[in-house]
Amino acid sequence: MSNDKTNKIGVYVCHCGTNISHTVDVAKVRDWAAEGLGSEGVVIARDYKFMCSSPGQELIEQDIKELGLDRVVVAACSPHLHELTFRNASKRAGLNPYLTELASIREQVSWVHTDKEAATEKAKAVVTGAVERVIENEPLEELKVAIHPDTLVVGGGIAGIQAALEIANAGKKVWLVEREASIGGHMAQFDKTFPTLDCAACILTPRMFEAGNHPNIELMTWSEVTNVAGYVGNFSVTIKKKPRYLKEELCTGCRICIEKCPTKVVDQGYEAGIGYRKAIYTSSAQAVPKYPVIDTENCNFFQKGTCKVCEKSCPTEAIDYEQKEEFLTVDVGNIILATGYDLFDARKVSNYGYGRLPNVFTSIEFERMCNAAGPTSGDIVLRDGKTTPKTVGIIHCVGSRDRNYNNYCSNICCMQSLKFAHLVKERTGDTVYDFYIDMRTPMKAYDEFYQRVLEEGTLFVRGKVAQVTDAARKASEEGKLMVQVEDTLIGKQRRIPVDMVILSIGMEPRHDAKETGKLFGIGCSANGWFTEKHAKLDPISTMTEGIFIAGTATGPKDIPTSVAQGSAAAARVLNMIMRGEVTLEPIKASVYQGQCSGCRICNSLCPFNAITFLEDRKVSEINPALCQGCGTCVAACPAGAISGTGFSNDQILAQIDGLLMDVTLADA
Amino acid sequence: MSEQFEPVIICFTCNWCSYRAADLAGTARMHYAPNVRLVRLMCSGRLDPTFIMKALSGGADGVLITGCHPGECHYIEQNYKAQSRWLLLRRVLKGLGIAPERVKLTWTSASEGTKLTKEINSFVEEIRDQGPLAWHKNLQQEKQETSQHNPKQAPVEVTV
Repeated sequence: MSNDKTNKIGVYVCHCGTNISHTVDVAKVRDWAAEGLGSEGVVIARDYKFMCSSPGQELIEQDIKELGLDRVVVAACSPHLHELTFRNASKRAGLNPYLTELASIREQVSWVHTDKEAATEKAKAVVTGAVERVIENEPLEELKVAIHPDTLVVGGGIAGIQAALEIANAGKKVWLVEREASIGGHMAQFDKTFPTLDCAACILTPRMFEAGNHPNIELMTWSEVTNVAGYVGNFSVTIKKKPRYLKEELCTGCRICIEKCPTKVVDQGYEAGIGYRKAIYTSSAQAVPKYPVIDTENCNFFQKGTCKVCEKSCPTEAIDYEQKEEFLTVDVGNIILATGYDLFDARKVSNYGYGRLPNVFTSIEFERMCNAAGPTSGDIVLRDGKTTPKTVGIIHCVGSRDRNYNNYCSNICCMQSLKFAHLVKERTGDTVYDFYIDMRTPMKAYDEFYQRVLEEGTLFVRGKVAQVTDAARKASEEGKLMVQVEDTLIGKQRRIPVDMVILSIGMEPRHDAKETGKLFGIGCSANGWFTEKHAKLDPISTMTEGIFIAGTATGPKDIPTSVAQGSAAAARVLNMIMRGEVTLEPIKASVYQGQCSGCRICNSLCPFNAITFLEDRKVSEINPALCQGCGTCVAACPAGAISGTGFSNDQILAQIDGLLMDVTLADA
Repeated sequence: MSEQFEPVIICFTCNWCSYRAADLAGTARMHYAPNVRLVRLMCSGRLDPTFIMKALSGGADGVLITGCHPGECHYIEQNYKAQSRWLLLRRVLKGLGIAPERVKLTWTSASEGTKLTKEINSFVEEIRDQGPLAWHKNLQQEKQETSQHNPKQAPVEVTV
């Protein structure tokens, strides 16, 4: 434990205003460092109100210069907050930044404990641990790696399109990968967008077209990312291009094949199950790219071996039944994930009868119904396809803000419901009931829209609907859907007859979000949404450098926010590209080959394939460019031949010693 | 012993999940027992069983290992390796006559400040029930006794 290297260590204890000093006796910690740890090489210990302030940092710099400190310990907040600040302060004073340690006595002590005495004792132990550790620290050099100027954007919804266009317009190349046959995402299915009521297609299709024809955007639809290797600046991504059964270079997008195809199937995708498409199809006439795909599960040729009508009718002989999936590997420097959301399955709320009661619709079905290009040409009709309803009930929060399903608010459903109320009123003049728990209209011009819908005469009922049923209790209820609800504003149960019910279903993380997260090395929150690096200050970054997130992949969002995030993520990527190189933490493992016995235990432990066995010399070697610094091989090496910088055995063992010094002193 | 036994616990945390959960617990002012002292590693896979033995022999009464949930490891799968080592170490501890319950493994993601707080508090209680390990104390006493009996023979240094 004793310091035979005769170090000169400076210890700086921060008050953090009163954040630390209200629970930890800062002076006691300072005195302990100065007196108790003098034998360990502590030559100066100070406390200061705000160590991270300019005068606080200057204090350290001055001591390094004047006292010749060769190690620094700052007892303050979490290293995730200010480690870089103090490392830079040391660097400015000429000390290698990695000879500075941060001892967290705020997040890990003063903020989580109330007993002053116990907190002070713990703070002393934490500081001792840091002092013992810093003695073992070694000067390290930062690693710089070049950044590949190309970018991968995953997901071609509005957030992904926006991000891709921002980067492409700045003159940098983008690979835009979309697993559906067309870009556009959920927004392409909508009719109007709140609160301005512009038509979704009118504002989205120009962006889709621009992305599809941009010289800097390599658009890969009907494709999926299957593998991601490498690290920030140097990712190598494998993309699977699923067969369209059509040669894109020959297809002119004339749509004759679609017209001639004899097989009609219910479109569960774009038309949300209320319309039809052919077995060879594009999602819509505005699809980008214009090329159709063959749905092999429903195609006569693929199922029965006969038909080939599309092949016969194609004027350019573009149909190719033999097409196979292709794999493409591309190098990119940064990745933006804009993978969007899934819709809540309304069948789960069985008391609302979706899937059982024909005239209960989901919000996405209603969007398609309202759309002039949709299956009913924009007519609001019941499931029979012809009867116009007289009374419509709209139910908010289906699957959201509900402990049985998702406890979070889906953010857009209030405004979506208000939009539906307006559209129904405008087109049919029907009586509209809107059943809400709380009305949430916080964004620009949202509440004004609510006021407008109120004035239009929609009837608002505050309460969570208990049940939607077609079981009539009396003759007047025959043929109606009865909505059972407690009107919490009058404190009474109500039973309201309507002809049509629209369920405003919430947003859910993609069903495969976890797998996607694993593929790209990012985490999901308890609810399954991707986790941001910092929820407030860095909502478009992830814990993995070089991987950014935009749009609803991190949680429910409206269109303006998704677009803003797309632009923000693009700005961050452009910032990385402009820098040209990125600095990596020099936390790496290396093999001391003189000690390596060639047992190869470490070889299979590395998930990044950074360890190779040199057959000629019978020893293992670690590629520093591939090593991510987890340290698993260091811990596993039976010969102790692998060492890890930044977290070496000596550093950790010394820290444990320091953390327990009070116990060992008491036992002695 | 009328005074309540206050165990000392070393908690190994992963830089990406549990240490961030501890940060979150701090930011949200969640409270937990002050008996726990944290060591930050880059990954639970870095955890050399020697570290645990070092902690126990150096005066700790229990060790809490925390890492990313299965399938969520920042380094893909290294938490599984931590788990394997922990399972093996439990058998070694048993062989040494140390209750394997003194070394616990738990998974906490970066968003689970509440879970970490609960795990720490319950572990402190579990170790309080176990009582002091006193490995270090006994070692010190043995050393003294040995040197008293054989004043010429130097005490055996036990280092792990």
